[in-house]
Amino acid sequence: MILRVIMAAYESVIKAIGLDNWCAEPDENAPMSMAQFLARNGNGNPDNSDPILPFPSLDTLHEVCSSIPQTRDLTAWVEDSFLSIKDGLKLVLDPLTQPLSWMLDSALYVFTTVPWWILIPLLVLLTWCVTRRRGVTIFVAAVFIFFGVIDHLEVALQTLAIIFVCTGLSVLLGVPIGIMMSRSDRMQRLTVPVLDLLQTLPSFVYLIPLIFLFSVTESKLYGIAIILYAIVPIIRLTDLGIRLVDRDVIEAADAFGMNARQKLLGVELPLALPNIMAGVNQTIMMSLAMVVIASLVSAPGLGVLVLRGIRNLELGVGIVAGLGIVLLAVVLDRSSKAALSRLHAHKPNQ
Amino acid sequence: MSDPKIRIRNLYKIFGARAGKYLPHVLSGMGKSELLESHGHALGLNNINIDMQAGEISVIMGLSGSGKSTLIRHINRLIEPTSGEILLDGQDIMRFSQADLLQTRQKSMSMVFQNFALLPHRTVLQNVSMGLKVQGVTKEIREHEGRKWLLRVGLKGHESQYPNQLSGGMQQRVGIARALTSNSDILLMDEAFSALDPLIRTDMQDLLLELQTELHKTIVFITHDLDEALKLADHLVILKDGAVVQQGKPQHILLNPSDPYIEEFIADINRARVLRVRSIMRHSNLGNEYSGTIDPEANLEQVIGMAQGDMSARFEVIENNQRIGEVDVALLMDALVPYRPDTAKR
Repeated sequence: MILRVIMAAYESVIKAIGLDNWCAEPDENAPMSMAQFLARNGNGNPDNSDPILPFPSLDTLHEVCSSIPQTRDLTAWVEDSFLSIKDGLKLVLDPLTQPLSWMLDSALYVFTTVPWWILIPLLVLLTWCVTRRRGVTIFVAAVFIFFGVIDHLEVALQTLAIIFVCTGLSVLLGVPIGIMMSRSDRMQRLTVPVLDLLQTLPSFVYLIPLIFLFSVTESKLYGIAIILYAIVPIIRLTDLGIRLVDRDVIEAADAFGMNARQKLLGVELPLALPNIMAGVNQTIMMSLAMVVIASLVSAPGLGVLVLRGIRNLELGVGIVAGLGIVLLAVVLDRSSKAALSRLHAHKPNQ
Repeated sequence: MSDPKIRIRNLYKIFGARAGKYLPHVLSGMGKSELLESHGHALGLNNINIDMQAGEISVIMGLSGSGKSTLIRHINRLIEPTSGEILLDGQDIMRFSQADLLQTRQKSMSMVFQNFALLPHRTVLQNVSMGLKVQGVTKEIREHEGRKWLLRVGLKGHESQYPNQLSGGMQQRVGIARALTSNSDILLMDEAFSALDPLIRTDMQDLLLELQTELHKTIVFITHDLDEALKLADHLVILKDGAVVQQGKPQHILLNPSDPYIEEFIADINRARVLRVRSIMRHSNLGNEYSGTIDPEANLEQVIGMAQGDMSARFEVIENNQRIGEVDVALLMDALVPYRPDTAKR
């Protein structure tokens, strides 16, 4: 009863502001809401289940005035508008991102076809060149041997290949963006909300439009997802690092007549390097986190096994693969941190 | 007198978003506090006119907030003026293109900073040769020059160390060597010795004077320390609230303060050490009996020492074997008492 009164009240409000003409007769062809469906079939009991004072939401008002759109029209509108720009977007993005597919595919090809007795010594040698730490190098070798012993070497190397490509591209794109942000406050104001969005949007959510844009069989699909997620810290820390460079030193560079390029390469980037390297470390960690989710859209590697563990309730498979990812994270973190501390070592007493 | 090396003409600087709009207010006499209160803009420099002669040390002195660091940054245009001219060898640097400006900063002037501002990721030698590197000089030549000046400021053997391995005094020696290595005529020194402890500061002042006797650079030196200013200055400019209160030879300012602010400023210094015989000597002849001869550059402390307590001692001032005047203890005593308005002497 009360519901009727309230609905009547909403109706009179609409009349009072002169919208009753705009409210057309209910469209019989319009899709039915669940409530309407239940009411028609006599199974629902709207008088008891509805709240006493329904919030004047779009759906409630729609019952009074059918010209007011329903909430599901909103989601339909989002979908329609995305689908309508999809083709144009695809036309631009497809060739632009095609190299990403090639890079991922060739990295995966290299990491899976080169025999282990060449690839693993090479990776261990790389660790040694970057870190110059005996402990870290031995640890990395041990981890690879462990993966080999438990027959996870191939998937681990696939994950590693994806991370190398995505981190490399993130640095290549992120550092220039960070430099531009540090140059102009306006650019910073425009970029920070985008970065916030990328960082807070649940990682599954930006897989959705990507699935519509690209075919799931293309490797760039997960490549883009990983890069979008992992590029944020490198941009932020490059910007921060350059902005934190001592004002006095910049002033000295100006006073000695350095031009913008000399200042950037000779003063700002070297002094911001510790922060930028911290950004690289974070980027590696975040792409590793994303690589599991990316296996939902056909990214190969350890993530596939984790997914299998969830889907088929294969507890052991899932946990071993998960711990494998942790192990990989420790390897990458220790190596990149050791490389970072080598940078600091050039400047004693800091 | 020859044309000044640096000539600053009617220089105004107003800090704030709409500086140009308030310039007419300042030109018609609005003061610093009034501008800040009613329009929210800070008056940095107010009608500055200074001539700086080649080969001289011009000291700009003032308390913090007086605009001295702002002023020195106008000379190499690290700060853009709101209005006015800065003439370098007769050329207005405000009309320079960006390329000319970079060229001028590289070749004609170099700067020494209060906080040293050395590049922490470069060795001492790389820091010192930085100016030449910017100019595109080959590594061999710039390292040769760098080593030469490091030796000159007493830092031989520290070439491959990093700045933070050195003490403050040594870092500022690197700063001075860096400025000298770029081989410019003008040296801008922004409170260069203010961050150093007193003994090292005296050392550095002596080093600067010693270098200056052979290099004859045009030095613009900023300080808040009157003793330092009097020790170094050929030409002293005293700033207050962005305006020049008095400028001239330091001895002249000391003996003829133009303003109560300056009197207050100079009241506490050791006049016997700063004043020189030349500034107080009498040219006339009061007698022929002299206790001895003295150089016009001697300070009054030396005269007191020579008098050995004899209140009637009188000395002949001799320069280049010529008698140029005389000085006695009565004259000296008179000069030692700073002029105060309440005594109404003179």
